[in-house]
Amino acid sequence: MTILVIAEHDGKALAPATLNTVAAAAKIGGDIHVLVAGQGIGAVAEATAQIAGVAKVLVADNAAYAHQLPENVAPLVAELGAGYSHILAAATSNGKNILPRVAAQLDVDQISEIISVVSADTFTRPIYAGNAIATVQSTAPVKVITVRATGFDPVAAQGGSAAVEAVAAVHDAGTSSFVGEELAKSDRPELTAAKVVVSGGRGMQNGDNFKLLYTLADKLGAAVGASRAAVDAGFVPNDMQVGQTGKIVAPQLYIAVGISGAIQHLAGMKDSKVIVAINKDEEAPIFQVADYGLVADLFEAVPELEKLV
Amino acid sequence: MKVLVAVKRVVDYNVKVRVKADNSGVDLANVKMSMNPFCEIAVEEAVRLKEKGVATEIVVVSIGPTTAQEQLRTALALGADRAILVESAEDLTSLAVAKLLKAVVDKEQPQLVILGKQAIDSDNNQTGQMLAALTGFGQGTFASKVEVAGDKVAVTREVDGGAQTVSLKLPAIITTDLRLNEPRYASLPNIMKAKKKPLEVLTPDALGVSTASTNKTLKVEAPAARSAGIKVKSVAELVEKLKNEAKVI
Repeated sequence: MTILVIAEHDGKALAPATLNTVAAAAKIGGDIHVLVAGQGIGAVAEATAQIAGVAKVLVADNAAYAHQLPENVAPLVAELGAGYSHILAAATSNGKNILPRVAAQLDVDQISEIISVVSADTFTRPIYAGNAIATVQSTAPVKVITVRATGFDPVAAQGGSAAVEAVAAVHDAGTSSFVGEELAKSDRPELTAAKVVVSGGRGMQNGDNFKLLYTLADKLGAAVGASRAAVDAGFVPNDMQVGQTGKIVAPQLYIAVGISGAIQHLAGMKDSKVIVAINKDEEAPIFQVADYGLVADLFEAVPELEKLV
Repeated sequence: MKVLVAVKRVVDYNVKVRVKADNSGVDLANVKMSMNPFCEIAVEEAVRLKEKGVATEIVVVSIGPTTAQEQLRTALALGADRAILVESAEDLTSLAVAKLLKAVVDKEQPQLVILGKQAIDSDNNQTGQMLAALTGFGQGTFASKVEVAGDKVAVTREVDGGAQTVSLKLPAIITTDLRLNEPRYASLPNIMKAKKKPLEVLTPDALGVSTASTNKTLKVEAPAARSAGIKVKSVAELVEKLKNEAKVI
């Protein structure tokens, strides 16, 4: 059994989610190869070769693979992956974009967002916004799987010394092109990788009030998230959304501020180690999952919390 | 330009689902069913394209049970021109649905196919990408903005860390994200008019598509419950607990 893992990266650096995906591959068992596709990705390939447990790194360095356009990357993965027992990618926006296209090209069903490995062909995954967990078995000759990072502790980024092999195959479908991107600039840690997350909901009342959370987050070294209600109300951009339709986080400490606790939000954060809820409505469902609940006006409690931590 | 919109009948997003006692699935008996929220956004986007004069005809398609006609009628009331139901009583996988949609695409020859990015029941997030693979079209997934110009469509996509814009040659596949638009409600006169719009019923057999699957759901269980903790009385007590009891700060 040999497993192909698709490296998640931005062209310059390897994304931590790759380490969780390799961890899922290690649970399945067998040799692990990692594909790094992109343009000018030498540094990413070098970092990938050092991941503990990786036997081989395949490097497809070509302009066609810059920006991870699925029309070009999916045929590459399908071509290389056809000889493997499993193809794994992180369930990031990139992995979700590319991997189903690979599965369809290989004529197999995909298993999305696994949270555990039962055996080499059987996995568990959340359905209905995390209100049920399905155990799914695959009979596909190549099992195509996306991995929810929070379900697997990352392997060590160092310690490996994998062989690096260049891949010559070039697929350029010519159906799509990259126009541009606008990435939010932030000195705070990335939401899905942060040890502490402070999130605000509709109770924040407007986008300006999120400054309270930014100040608290900076003191705690935390990332700032939001509920779908806060995003829908236009307080903050969608890339801050924590929930089934946004990002799935599982930090050491999650502080929910002015969040009622809709099912869809809970699905994105209920695996956090410690959950704190601050809400003035003592009936809010968020208190049913919180380890520490504080019934208080957030506009008084948050500044006080910021002073005391 | 013809636009094809795919919609799915799912459990209403306000329903708290329960797992069946025999772990065979979730209990959908006597539960309110609706159009998948992301599919509503897809219908709305198609209607807006028609209002702008970009789209000339909107065909809405659903793969599902006979009762999915309700969701198709809803889409017709919202502004779709005609509907196709590919009837299947079975629970189909994303690949099977994508293959059926490919057959409909071959038949209808749309320039744009708009789908929701995921259904809120299976949470797979696969069908649009798979349809793109099967048709060979370009794909603009998780769209927050769609602009058709000439023989191309510019799609702004919600990605981790921000937004990305790609340009796709038509025909193309688009899957919708939350912020693409805010769906309208159907008016009563339009609901009445929708009853007279054409609705064609097909079967997978008639389309010559096999719906065999490589995935098998062995069981469905309730997630491990997280028990409620304690209420603290003050911020000072909260900080004390986080430092000394939970040891997380």
